[in-house]
Amino acid sequence: MSEARAANPTPPTPAFPDDAEASLQSVGAAARFVLRGETPAARLAGEALGVAAPGRINRAEAAGLRAMLRLGPDEWLLVADGEAPAGLAGSLAQALDGTPHSLVDVSARQVGFVLDGRLAARLISAGCPLDLRDGAFPVGAATRTIFLKAEIVLWRRAAQTWRLEVWRSFAPYLIGHLAEARRGAADL
Amino acid sequence: MLLIHCPYCDAARPELEFRYGGEAHVARPADPATVSDEAWAQYLYFRANPRGLHAERWRHIHGCGRFFNALRDTVSDRFVAVYEAGAPRPDAAETKR
Amino acid sequence: MSEPFRIATGGDVKAGAPLTFMFDGVSYAGRAGDTLASALLAHGVHLVGRSYKYHRPRGVLSAGAEEPNALVGVDGGAGRFTPNLRATQVELHDGLVATSQNRWPSLAFDLGAVNSLGARFFSAGFYYKTFMGPRAAGLRAWKNVFEPIVRQAAGLGAAPTAPDPDRYAQFYTHCDALIVGAGAAGLAAALAAGRAGADVILCDEQARFGGSLLQERTATIDDAPASAWLEAALAALAAMPNVRMVARTQAFGHHAQNLVGLCERVGDRDSAASEGVRERLWQVRARDVVLATGAIERPLVFPGNDRPGVMLAEAARAYLARWGVAVGRRVLVATTHDSAYRVALDLRAAGVGVAGVVDLRDAPTGELVEAARGAGIRVLAGRAIKSTSGRLRIREARIGPVASTEAAQEERIACDALLMCGGWTPSVHLHAQSRGKLVWAPAIGAFVPGQAAAHVRSAGACNGAFGLAAALREGDAAGAAVAGGSARAYATAHDPPQTGARDIAPARSAAAKDKAFLDFQNDVAVEDVELAVREGMRSIEHVKRYTTTGMATDQGKTSNLNALEVAARALGKAVPEVGLTTYRSPYTPVTFGALAGASRGDLFDPVRRTPIDPWAQAQGAAFEDVGLWKRAHYFPRAGESMAQAVARECRQTRASVGLFDASTLGKIEVVGPDAAAFLEKMYTNPFAGLAPGRCRYALMLNEAGFVIDDGVVARLAPDRFHVTTTTGGAARVLHHMEDYLQTEFPQMKVWLTSTSEQWAVIAVQGPRARDVITPLVEEIDLSREATPHMSVREGRVCGFAARVMRVSFTGELGFEINVPSEHGRAVWEAVWAEGASREAVAYGTEAMHVMRAEKGYVIVGQDTDGTVTPDDLGLGWAIGKNKRDFVGKRSLARPDIVAAGRKQFVGLLTEDPAFVAEEGAQIVDARGGAGGAALGHVTSAYFSPALGRSIALALVANGRNRIGETLHIPIMGRTIAARVVAPTFHDPQGALLDV
Repeated sequence: MSEARAANPTPPTPAFPDDAEASLQSVGAAARFVLRGETPAARLAGEALGVAAPGRINRAEAAGLRAMLRLGPDEWLLVADGEAPAGLAGSLAQALDGTPHSLVDVSARQVGFVLDGRLAARLISAGCPLDLRDGAFPVGAATRTIFLKAEIVLWRRAAQTWRLEVWRSFAPYLIGHLAEARRGAADL
Repeated sequence: MLLIHCPYCDAARPELEFRYGGEAHVARPADPATVSDEAWAQYLYFRANPRGLHAERWRHIHGCGRFFNALRDTVSDRFVAVYEAGAPRPDAAETKR
Repeated sequence: MSEPFRIATGGDVKAGAPLTFMFDGVSYAGRAGDTLASALLAHGVHLVGRSYKYHRPRGVLSAGAEEPNALVGVDGGAGRFTPNLRATQVELHDGLVATSQNRWPSLAFDLGAVNSLGARFFSAGFYYKTFMGPRAAGLRAWKNVFEPIVRQAAGLGAAPTAPDPDRYAQFYTHCDALIVGAGAAGLAAALAAGRAGADVILCDEQARFGGSLLQERTATIDDAPASAWLEAALAALAAMPNVRMVARTQAFGHHAQNLVGLCERVGDRDSAASEGVRERLWQVRARDVVLATGAIERPLVFPGNDRPGVMLAEAARAYLARWGVAVGRRVLVATTHDSAYRVALDLRAAGVGVAGVVDLRDAPTGELVEAARGAGIRVLAGRAIKSTSGRLRIREARIGPVASTEAAQEERIACDALLMCGGWTPSVHLHAQSRGKLVWAPAIGAFVPGQAAAHVRSAGACNGAFGLAAALREGDAAGAAVAGGSARAYATAHDPPQTGARDIAPARSAAAKDKAFLDFQNDVAVEDVELAVREGMRSIEHVKRYTTTGMATDQGKTSNLNALEVAARALGKAVPEVGLTTYRSPYTPVTFGALAGASRGDLFDPVRRTPIDPWAQAQGAAFEDVGLWKRAHYFPRAGESMAQAVARECRQTRASVGLFDASTLGKIEVVGPDAAAFLEKMYTNPFAGLAPGRCRYALMLNEAGFVIDDGVVARLAPDRFHVTTTTGGAARVLHHMEDYLQTEFPQMKVWLTSTSEQWAVIAVQGPRARDVITPLVEEIDLSREATPHMSVREGRVCGFAARVMRVSFTGELGFEINVPSEHGRAVWEAVWAEGASREAVAYGTEAMHVMRAEKGYVIVGQDTDGTVTPDDLGLGWAIGKNKRDFVGKRSLARPDIVAAGRKQFVGLLTEDPAFVAEEGAQIVDARGGAGGAALGHVTSAYFSPALGRSIALALVANGRNRIGETLHIPIMGRTIAARVVAPTFHDPQGALLDV
């Protein structure tokens, strides 16, 4: 068996009433790494990834299907949608060689979703207490936060498009609450 | 639910993202083996419980993950100052946020 | 059925076919737009409930959220029963079924009313006095005499019994300005803030916006009738995209930094549009809040002021203007304030008989008073209501001079409704909840907002500024200020000034029999507060608790100030000296449904399942909760009991091989040049000398020296470790490590990453474990020599990148295969398939517990309780002897830690090999238990299939020196003898591990 053959089956998305107002899609397979270290490590990783390393905390930079999210002063989440972790791990390790850092594969630790539509922010607000208005959470903002009793990473990709990352076993809880919120926002 | 200003994120964030960490500036002795039983007991168990300004530790555990310190008024719950771990306790008189 | 008291239409009432509803089993007709209260009043039904303690008949008092009497249960069928709703807020719909409360067997004939005869029984301080005196006697009296009666007689409504089938939603939301209350002040504020571009939320608890403007028929604003201005204002606001308007929405709690809880009654509007969402809870974080919550009219205090038909005056005006309902045919008005004259005038103009206005003031004057006189309404100045009569509805009132106690001077006036106005109380609840200060305003005899919390403003009547002009002016100014806009001026007319007097205390008539009530909902009368003061209560907080005035769902909306005045008078103090009780959230009751939101059932907590969980479910596993995780507990075959299944799983694992899903283990990747040095600080063990590829059992202590977690530390490379934690300890251990790393050892170059869910973990344990997995493993030599016990290898399993650890929690040859979670199930099934020919068994957490206990392996949290040191556990060997420091080391030298006699971890074998001790059972040294010293307790106990008898683990004082002794476990009236043994029952030499 090869790694490629096992095409990364993320958990199926349970019924979510997709419509023009809100849709929830699973991101599918992705390579993900947590990079810890200082700014030079982030810069080198960004170069290897082809993404400008975000300088400010709680910001994301993306290039194509690859992105870097700065979640803390010494923490970046590297995401490459549709890629297997093995190849990327090699090039990142090579780029970072000699620079103090920690690079850990978390591809399978979490799953990603894209929530899209006019009501998307509203549904996130069913469980997330952050101010998601444009001024406080503009496009390109990304942060770790909470959604009720689950920790999530929230990234605003476009005005009405949000990327959510959640640890695998919390995904049904997150999706269940988003679906409930969709019903609770039916008239909003 | 309070809003707490995280000095690392430089933003006010909801209290639900934070975890309280007890009194600040209780440094672990550099070489515990040389500390007397009395001094070690003080380090382990004795804490301030002021009515008024309290220097305390918080962690932005569901955010940037960092521990930081805050001066909070235990009467009003108002955060008078937040500062990075390792920084000295600010002078209350000149702290305004 | 006709509605004899519906004398007009318009206002809230909509045209169209009548609705049908039931109240206490009687069917009535009502109109769309009615409240339950207005619909009942249209039929002349005032009697709507019995009071809390005395079961006195009570009627509708008000027209709004302040209603203390008209509490009803509304039964929506199939679990949709809601108690304690205010009939004044229940919107009528076709088929509504409502029942009154606190009556038995019926509202008109209530046996509980005998409580009135034995009023002593419920006097102030009743609960406290019941517990006075000899303790035992007091308790017995409570249990046998008082409690059964109180339970039957008291209480507000009945709790529903069926699960609530409705849906509730919760949202956080943010805005620049939250404006609470959409009367004149709130609307002016919203218009000003909205025009200036602020992001505004305007909420009102009523179905319609407008507040008192909805019952205003004479005043004009900017030369337009108030109703026309209202319509235009609502249209203007609706056209502003930056203004959100939410009706039927109660702001019930105002917390720090302007977090305000709103409860929106969505289902009352249109359940179809919202997929059955009944209520929506909004947690609003507002930069600024404008409170425009109005004022509540105060009742007058006189004997019999609680008879059905006695109402607040302005409520009668509202019923007339908004629902076309006359509250009686011959109404009497009693007041200390001009505003009641306006009520009398409106009623008279609508053709309702007005028997007169009884004014407690000696010489009332002013525009409204003169208008009433001019309209031919009789004004009785310097007079007060001395008593009322009428069994289930007021029939007559006796009027006398304010200071008179003589019945001979009293005039009797027949009436079927008595409207009272004791002035107005600003609704300062939210201001006070937000930690704003209150100041006494003698001119209106009420507390008004003083210093506000940051970014909170009060405007209009809630600020003590009464009248339309003041409301518009203050609302506009507040709205402009929060949004940085400019104020404008509204021109009002036909809005005469209204004044009143507060310090009037009518004397009690010698002929009066009834109590004069202060708090209708809690049945607190003047004499109760006076008694409380006589019995020594000095603080208003004590009076409140002693009498229960101002408590419960009502929170004293109509009663607080009257009670305060009575208490102040009894204490001989001024009101502000007596103080005020705390205003508590919620302002009106909030359903548990709204507070729970969608967090119930499967969505109450995250239900965490491993990647292998579906396989276990398909195998029919029984599950147990471990923290938030569901873990396979055991795998019963048809007809097997749990004990049988567990015994089979244990036997088969030790005989051949068992598979166990260990995916829930916490995992932390510790990476960096200082990784080993950091782990030496965090764990008792040494790691500097641990070679890459090797594992070590590791103990974590807190700084006090007590064991808080354990796990396996596997060194993958000089600067990379794979660390496991207990399932329950995963998050805690990572937090603990981050704490030390960030705050005590920040100079260390090492970083921590949780990988708990990155890896699915398949434990393969048993003598044939190697045979089973070898065919699936690539790039790793699993032989005894190449991969000895306690080693880790990276390679491939079933083609997937894997970390294979040779570790054992059973005492058998064992491997733990770590593969990326998404492949966990596929690998498990592949191992399972390989095991089929080798008699493999899947085992659950119970068999895991049994097998580790047979080996005496500790489970932190089960065999430890936060007061146990490594030495107590017999794990002193895990302490790096040459380490100068690790977290907890210094404490291990504290006098009480090194003292003799500490509880130590031992094994127990009961004399009766079939008897399995209870976990937690006490252990004593005397047969019979009595008089024996407690030496410790049983921490784990199982039936051991390997030994064919019961085993137990225990913490026993000086336990290791007692090995060989017989101790005793008292349980259920007998004692069980047990021999103390070393805590390793199976393969004590560990020979099975080295194969």
